[in-house]
Amino acid sequence: MYRVHAGGTTYAFSSLKELLAKATPHRSGDVLAGVAATSAAENVAAKMALADVPLKQFLNEAIIPYEDDDVTRLIIDTHDAVAFAPVAHMTVGEFRDWLLSESATPQKVSALSPGLTPEMVAAVSKIMRNQDLVLGAKKAHVITKFRNTIGLPGHMAVRLQPNHPTDDKKGIAASIVDGLMYGCGDAVIGINPASDNLTAITDLLLMMDDIIRRFEIPTQSCVLTHVTTTIDAIAKGAPVDLVFQSIGGTEGVNSSFGVTLAHLKEGREAALSIKRGTVGDNCMYFETGQGSALSADAHHGCDQQTIEARAYAVARQFKPLLVNTVVGFIGPEYLYNGKEIIRAGLEDHFCGKLLGLPMGCDICYTNHAEADQDDMDILLMMLGAAGVNFIMGIPGADDIMLNYQSTSFHDALYVREALGLKRAPEFEAWLARIGVTDTTGHLAPHASGNPLLTHAQALAA
Amino acid sequence: MTTMTEDPWANLKRFTDARIGLGRSGAAMPTREVLNFALSHAMARDAVTTPIDWTPIEKGLSALGLSTLRIASAAGDRSEYLRRPDLGRRLSDASREALVRASEIEAAKPDLVILVGDGLSSLGVAANTLAYMSAFMPYVVKAGWKLSPVLLADDSRVALGDEAGEILGGKAVLVLIGERPGLSSPDSLGVYLTFSPRVGIKDADRNCISNIRQRGLSYDEGTFKTAWLLREAFRRGLTGVNLKDESQFLIEGEPGPELIG
Repeated sequence: MYRVHAGGTTYAFSSLKELLAKATPHRSGDVLAGVAATSAAENVAAKMALADVPLKQFLNEAIIPYEDDDVTRLIIDTHDAVAFAPVAHMTVGEFRDWLLSESATPQKVSALSPGLTPEMVAAVSKIMRNQDLVLGAKKAHVITKFRNTIGLPGHMAVRLQPNHPTDDKKGIAASIVDGLMYGCGDAVIGINPASDNLTAITDLLLMMDDIIRRFEIPTQSCVLTHVTTTIDAIAKGAPVDLVFQSIGGTEGVNSSFGVTLAHLKEGREAALSIKRGTVGDNCMYFETGQGSALSADAHHGCDQQTIEARAYAVARQFKPLLVNTVVGFIGPEYLYNGKEIIRAGLEDHFCGKLLGLPMGCDICYTNHAEADQDDMDILLMMLGAAGVNFIMGIPGADDIMLNYQSTSFHDALYVREALGLKRAPEFEAWLARIGVTDTTGHLAPHASGNPLLTHAQALAA
Repeated sequence: MTTMTEDPWANLKRFTDARIGLGRSGAAMPTREVLNFALSHAMARDAVTTPIDWTPIEKGLSALGLSTLRIASAAGDRSEYLRRPDLGRRLSDASREALVRASEIEAAKPDLVILVGDGLSSLGVAANTLAYMSAFMPYVVKAGWKLSPVLLADDSRVALGDEAGEILGGKAVLVLIGERPGLSSPDSLGVYLTFSPRVGIKDADRNCISNIRQRGLSYDEGTFKTAWLLREAFRRGLTGVNLKDESQFLIEGEPGPELIG
């Protein structure tokens, strides 16, 4: 039992699970699940009680029983007590103060990650303001490599997302040229396919591989299909760079995605076996998002942000190149408006980074959420300041296949201009070499010798 | 004189509806593109938030010889509807009573209950319902399917049809509903078919035909698929993942399961 006296009232919380849920900043998904605080004062009281909980308590009290859930088992079984030692004596509140202090250097914060559990970082995020989530995350540098180097301080990469509602190859190629000409695509060129048919998937992989090889682009491709389909594609000799999978923070939500930890291991081993990385072997791409567990009725009465952090415990077992929280895609019954989406994006980025993951964010919303591009500008700027590893780049921010709005190629230029963020170094050098950018990384005037422009003319002919 | 940088590959636009070749003003989108995007978003937002006017739909359905009944979900207003999908799947108390009364008046149970719901796009319902129903009615007449009054439902999710269909005793329920609007498709109608409707049925037990609108799936094609699925649902006693839409074999002139079976 956790108790606190606040504002003349005594509040009691029966479990760590309840305390975490009631301490979470307000969001519609937790109300829908019936786990949210019932008043604003109870929410703050829960934060106060949570701030006094020793971090060690999180190792003694599982929010989902060990016997019932393989993600809980993964978290407990892989906990590194040596890495945890520097903060083992702290409460959640003391941990926040330490993280934001001068003594928490990037080196110390990064070294801590194997000793932290998702519930610990979720807890500390709940008592942080948005600005704390920015500065805390900025200290956790996570660098990953496949054909280029992503996550260096002062850098930000972009996933080029050239989706088309019928997987039309010319339509996709047109969006790829557009994105590359705007200097995007260093995180990955990644297609959400309309079809999950193996032949169609293989065609898209071959097409992207052809573009990457023909123009010698230091980047990687991905078709975002189920891990088992990608394993089949690799077995048939398709040019797979990254293995994609959506994951969640409980065994039940992963089961609703048709995926087990064994599938993910098999997928990674398949991609490693074909050795397509040149500067590194981080070959997994995961997507997550708050609310997926409730949507699958697999949340065990936990709040959606804590479950989301548990998804990162799954991700970190597989040394991914990219982890993307698709924050506003799920809809207003989970994140109602711009305020809730902004908060969730900052939380996810912070929690993932502290757990040692290469976090990116699909800064996005659907048309039935109370949000617009101005809200996305705020989240983009804050994540840029927080050192986000990558964002999405979609023509005009309008995904015509998935019917939602994200960030555009122009938005990437904006945040680079505002914050001085550079692209992955290998990709930046390539852009300058073929004449897309000048030597300072700014877009150059269109010159006739640019091979991408020649390619565009050939496509159009 | 313009200070905007044009994109020389803008001729690739003919291969995709994606917003490519927009040009730029420094790092920003050009003025016309910022405003075009804002207009598309505004139309999608309006499609979600504008209450539907059922009057013209009632008149049009009446001209097709169909009676109607207005009902509502348990969601109190649009904001609650968006936050609480569970309430959009349940009838309001008044509507439940009205449907019970309607079922007591009718002697014979209907083959098909049709529910038209605003869903996430009142624009999609207003723009497509009458054209779809006009194209669908000849199939109903030809097959001799008995219909209940067409239910016109406010603040509805797809599963609202399960409770309504169960109360009316329909063999199947057909839900026509406004789909979540995309930036380039704010006016899309979705059609969901569920055999033996009852509360608690899973989404995997439905068949869906999506993107019915003037610039999407045509009314002829949409109603052809609906009628094919409905015949198969009645013949095989199921809908959902085990009923694959094979109607394209008929369109392409090859023998479909219906002709074989």
